[in-house]
Order: sequence, then C-alpha cells, then structure tokens
Amino acid sequence: MLGLLSAFVEELRQVGVPVSMVESIDAMNAVQHIDLGDRTALKETLRATLVKNARHESAFDTAFEVFFATRRPDLPATTDSRDSEPAPGDQAMQGSGGGGMDLDELIEALYEAMRSQDFSALRSAARQAVDDLAGIEPGRPVGGTYYLYRTLRQLDVDALTERLIEAMLGEEGELDELNRRLVTEEAGLRIERLREEIKEEIRRRLVEDRGHEAVARTLRQPLVEEIDLMHATRTDLHNLEQVIEPLTRKLAARLAQRRRMAARGRLDFRKTMRTSLATGGVPIEPKFRHVRPHRPELFLLCDISGSMATFARFTLQFTYAMGTQFSKLRAFVFVDAVDEVTDHLKPGIDFRDALLRITTEADVVWLDGHSDYGHALEQFSARYGREITPRSTVIIAGDARNNYRDARERYLAEIADNCQSLYWLNPEPKAYWDSGDSVMSRYARFCDEVFEVRNLRQLETFVERVATQPRRAVRRRRYSSTDPASVPMFRP
Amino acid sequence: MESVLSSPKAVADALRSVDYLPDDRIAQVAYLAQTLGKPVLVEGPAGVGKTELAKALAKITGRRLIRLQCYEGLDESRALYEWNYKKQLLRIQADQDHDWTEIEGDIFSEDFLLARPLLEAIRSTEPVVLLVDEIDRVEMETEALLLEVLSDFQVSIPELGTVTASTRPMVILTSNNTRELSEALKRRCLFLHVAYPTPEREAEILRARVPGLAEHLAKEIARVARSIRDMDLKKAPSVSETIDWAMTLLALGIDHIDRDVIADTVHVLLKYQNDIERAMKELSD
Repeated sequence: MLGLLSAFVEELRQVGVPVSMVESIDAMNAVQHIDLGDRTALKETLRATLVKNARHESAFDTAFEVFFATRRPDLPATTDSRDSEPAPGDQAMQGSGGGGMDLDELIEALYEAMRSQDFSALRSAARQAVDDLAGIEPGRPVGGTYYLYRTLRQLDVDALTERLIEAMLGEEGELDELNRRLVTEEAGLRIERLREEIKEEIRRRLVEDRGHEAVARTLRQPLVEEIDLMHATRTDLHNLEQVIEPLTRKLAARLAQRRRMAARGRLDFRKTMRTSLATGGVPIEPKFRHVRPHRPELFLLCDISGSMATFARFTLQFTYAMGTQFSKLRAFVFVDAVDEVTDHLKPGIDFRDALLRITTEADVVWLDGHSDYGHALEQFSARYGREITPRSTVIIAGDARNNYRDARERYLAEIADNCQSLYWLNPEPKAYWDSGDSVMSRYARFCDEVFEVRNLRQLETFVERVATQPRRAVRRRRYSSTDPASVPMFRP
Repeated sequence: MESVLSSPKAVADALRSVDYLPDDRIAQVAYLAQTLGKPVLVEGPAGVGKTELAKALAKITGRRLIRLQCYEGLDESRALYEWNYKKQLLRIQADQDHDWTEIEGDIFSEDFLLARPLLEAIRSTEPVVLLVDEIDRVEMETEALLLEVLSDFQVSIPELGTVTASTRPMVILTSNNTRELSEALKRRCLFLHVAYPTPEREAEILRARVPGLAEHLAKEIARVARSIRDMDLKKAPSVSETIDWAMTLLALGIDHIDRDVIADTVHVLLKYQNDIERAMKELSD
C-alpha cells in the first residue's frame, strides 16, 4: 500500500498537482483510519489530503482511476488487492462467468439501467459491453479512444439516446416546451454517464494489460493555463473561458495587495487625532494618507488575422478584465489595416457579443486580407500617433509574419519614440521567430522588450508586469533621429 | 455525543437529522476532520452550504460554535484579543492614590482583556467548533497569525502568560476562492471542495428546507436550476437562491413551472440583469 501510494503521489506531481511531503505523510496517516475496502472512502480521503486546489481535481480523478482500478470479481485476486465489493447487479449479470447476452439484450440492459438510474447495473452492463464489443487484445499498441469508438458504434448510441428521451418524456406526461427541453438535456447527461463508464472500463483493462505508469502517461492533460493558445481546440477554448475570470480576479487581488504594501503617504493629521480619542487624546497610532497608485495608459494593438485570432481574443479579454488597473485603455485590431475597437469593449458588455461584432464589423481588410504589419503600423502612426504620450504604454500582439511585404519599421520607431514603453507579445515559440516571413527581430530593435506569450500563464505574468511598471522619468534615446547630439533628456 | 462521529455513515445520518443533506465527500471529510484532528478548508461558490456545514457539525457534536467572520483589514486586535484601553485609562484616572505596581497588576488582568473569537476558542474549557468564515478576504498578516494559532493552539499574551487549549477545537475555514490562500495554510488543512449539488440531491434539500413543497415541483426546480447553472453566467444561482425560489413559488401557489413562471420569478434566482437576459434568451431557443 505504501509503495502504491508513493507511486500515486509521484504521478500526481507529474501531472502538475503539487503534493508536498507533509501532505503525502498526512495521506498515509489518514488511510489508516478508513476501511480500505471502501473505494469511495479511499478516494475522498486521498482527495482531501493531497489535492488542495479545485482546478486539480480532474487530474486527480484520472490518476486515481488508473492507480486504484477495481478488480473484476471473477478474476483471481492478488495479495494487495483493493477490491470493492462486487456490485449487486454484477452477480446477476455475470451468470456463469462468461457474457451470456447477445447484442440486443445488452442494449436493452443498458437502456433499462439508464432509464431507472441504476448505477450498479449500468456499470456491469458497461463492463459486459466492453468485454463483448471493444475487442481488446493484450499487447496491441492501440489507444483507448479506438476501443471506445468501436464499442459505442456497435451500441448505436444515437438510437439509444432517442429511445431514452422518448421514455423520459413519456414518464412525465404532458410537457410544455421548456420542460421538454430540460428533460432532453437530462437524457443527454445520462448518456454521458454511460460513455464515462465505458471509458473507465476500457481504461481499467488497459491498465491490467500495460501497467499503471504507461496508461497514466497517455492520459495526462496539461492544466488549462498551460494550453497553447494558438493551437487551442474548441473544448480548450471553453475551458479557457472558464478560467479567465478567476485568473484575472486573483491577479487583481495580488496587484491590489502590492499597492497596499507600497510606500505610505504623508501623515494624515485629522485621522490621527480622531483615532487618538480612543486612547484619551494621546496619539498612540499614527495614520497615513494613501498613495495614489500610478496607473499606466494602455494602447493595445492586436493582429487578428487567421491563426492569430484566438491569441488576440484572449489578450483582449484578459486586458479588459484587468481594466481597472489602467487609467486609459484603447484597443485596436489589424490585419493589413487598423481599426479602433475601444467602443466595442466598454465595461459591462458581454465579451463574446463584443468579439463577434469586432470580427464582423472592424474595418481591417485593405488589400487582400493577408497580414501587412508595415501598412498597419503606418496607418496607426498616422491616425493615432499624436495621441501617444510619454505616459502611454503600447503593446503589440502578433507573430510578426509579414507575408514578405515591406516591414516599414520606421513607423514603429516613431511610435517607440513617443511612448513610454513598447512591448511586443509573440505567441510563437522563440525558435520560430525570424523563420520564413517573420520579421520579428526587425521590429524587436525598437521594443523595450519582446515576450513569448503562448499560454494564459505567460499572459498573466506579462499583464502583472505591465500593471506594476514604475513610471520612467528619463526618456530613452530617439530612434528616428540620426544625430545623437540632438537627443533630448526630457520631453517637454 | 462524540460517538456520533464513529464512521462516515454515522456522520451522514447525523447531519441528515439536523436537515443538512451531505454527499459522500462531505461526510467522509467531516469524519476525517474529527478522527485526525485537522482543520478543514471548505471551498466553493457562494451559497452552497459551507457555513451551514459548520453549524450542522456543531449541532450534531453538541459543541459550541464560535464564529470569526473575516474581512479585509481584520487584524490581531479583532481576531485574537485586545486590551480595553478606555477601561484601563479610566481605572488609572480613578485611582490616583495607589502606586504604579498595584495598578499595573490590576489593569492587566482578566477584567480588562477583551477576548476575541480565536482566544475564546483556545480558552474554552468545553469542546468547541471554530468557524473562520471567508478567510480569503483576509490579508497576509492575519493569515500568518491564523496559521500560528492553528498549528499549536496556543497564544502568548505578554502580560498574562501563555494560554494553551485544553481541548482541541474542530476548525472549519470557508473560502469563496477570490484569491489564492497561502500554501502553508492549505498544507495544514484537509481540503473539501463543495460544488453545486446534483438535481436529485438538490430536490431532497429543497424538500427538507421548504416544508410543504410538492415532490414534482422540487424536481422541476432542481432541473431548471441545473440547466441555468450550465449556462455561462456571471453568477450562477446558489443553493440558497434555489431555496428562496422554491419558497416564492410555494407562496405564489404555483404548481408547475413553465417559461412564463420563470420570466416572472427569475429575479429571485439571478441577480444580474445581463444574466437574466441571457438566461431567458437561452431558455427560449
């Protein structure tokens, strides 16, 4: 048990669930107080001692299913078995120890189990289904998804869903549209449950075949904050959306705390005297004024062509969620022309609607809809360059892939001269910068810093950095001036 | 009374008897908390029964509940103890004749000590349940103080000496997850994430909390609540809001939910105008 628990803790660490030594000792202590045969008790005990963050729960669940898979009742038990009692439905199902049902009977059994929400019967039927239909052969180098697909296809899940919906609606009697819809949703969830049971059974079989570590490795999924934004799938996007709000909230809390820790202001005499009343007019505790925090002005310029759209979306969303950290926030999007979208993104709006309107209405296509950074920068400098002041921070988010067009860096140089700081966010890995049509280094010369931002975590680090940058008093050198002697120290 | 917590099942039954319906996870962690003597960090969205759990546990174990409600700016004087300056000053002024050593012994005595919840929990001679509510709203310094108290259950007051707890309080910390708690604190505690209940369990909760609620109506309410929670809203309805909604429907004499009923009463469930609009739109599709 000790060995298994250690391996389990190790697996959790591999997946990104931080388990400290103290916590693993706690877990080992805790399991001594529970009935090891009770799988639920074991799972919840381990969860309570090892997982201290709700975001890590799904990773924990997966790892637990792999490491503490249930043994089949008819297989020979090993010396350190962690059996759960065979479910009552099992006995009926197993019969003479071999699957005695044909396909129709099996489908009927599954349907019945889902309709009556009998979970133990559902589990046994799922096991039977995997036995008969998945065709798992030991030693075959095939992934679990293949077996899942085979099983579900033969079960004809769509027909099953239809039948289930019919039955559940029938049970309720006359229903209006709303309740029909709700019942349909619920039927969908029960089918999901069936899928999960089958998946779990397949996983269990694979573990028996290949061993814990091998299967665990294939099932590892990165944490949501570490998903590569450029290659996010639809489910990833959905998960990312869920995570943005808590992330920005926590970042805002951290920034607020930092401001509070910062230097105190001058003595606030009135408050001090008022507080001294509690101590008989003797001022024991001095009170200070609050320092007003320095909030930068932000100009955010995002490339929204093709592959960059997702990245731009999250950059915009994240920055807007942190809107209170900036005194002025103006957003622009471009492909080969620039358009301002600040009005689309006012606070209190629904972000997804706003994004939809931006993608349909923004006037960002000039010639042919392929990125032209040079032209976009020229337009930006011409139209909005005057509004960039020494208090402004300009952030450009893009991959700098210019389709072999003219880079026109001098416009970037102009922007760099006028603003306080210029940052570039590039979602591509550093190794790809300057490959092909990427002109990153030509632009990088004028930037204060170029960041590789591939996932939400790096985006969060960057936004924190921008929000806390100190105000710079001294102007750096002018890029567009050729005569070094004419470089002014301060801008008037 | 303590034998009530002899197994997770016993805990679950006892909680049910005081109208708190737990699931397996809650029962298991409550049992572990008692057996291992570790504090429990209960995390979850607002209104799912975190504070209620502490109250229910106090009821079933027969312990007194001491509550420390946390807020930003909570400091040692409000959490641990404070000397009653005003009373001390008055005492000094009232007694001009005696010399300092006599007065000193007097003003730094029990009468002049204001014991706040943490000290009260430590000094208590009978077993208590200490509920530290919304600990995520508290600043770093107070969290550090809490950590110190939770690890040793002893406090040193310079003028009075060290106070050690005679019985170990059962500590429950609740958090709404608005900020990350420190690793050290999380390490010390058992972790319990309370999510929204399943429709079956929610219907049970509704029937327990709203007497007179018909079974089919409870089911319908739970179903609608689940559907709304799956939508992408700013603030999903919590269990306390569903209970309020059930009471509203009962008071209005409504027996069956359809779209019009929801349109009329959705403001009990959802508290943001954007959310209400989106929910109604999605339910109409």
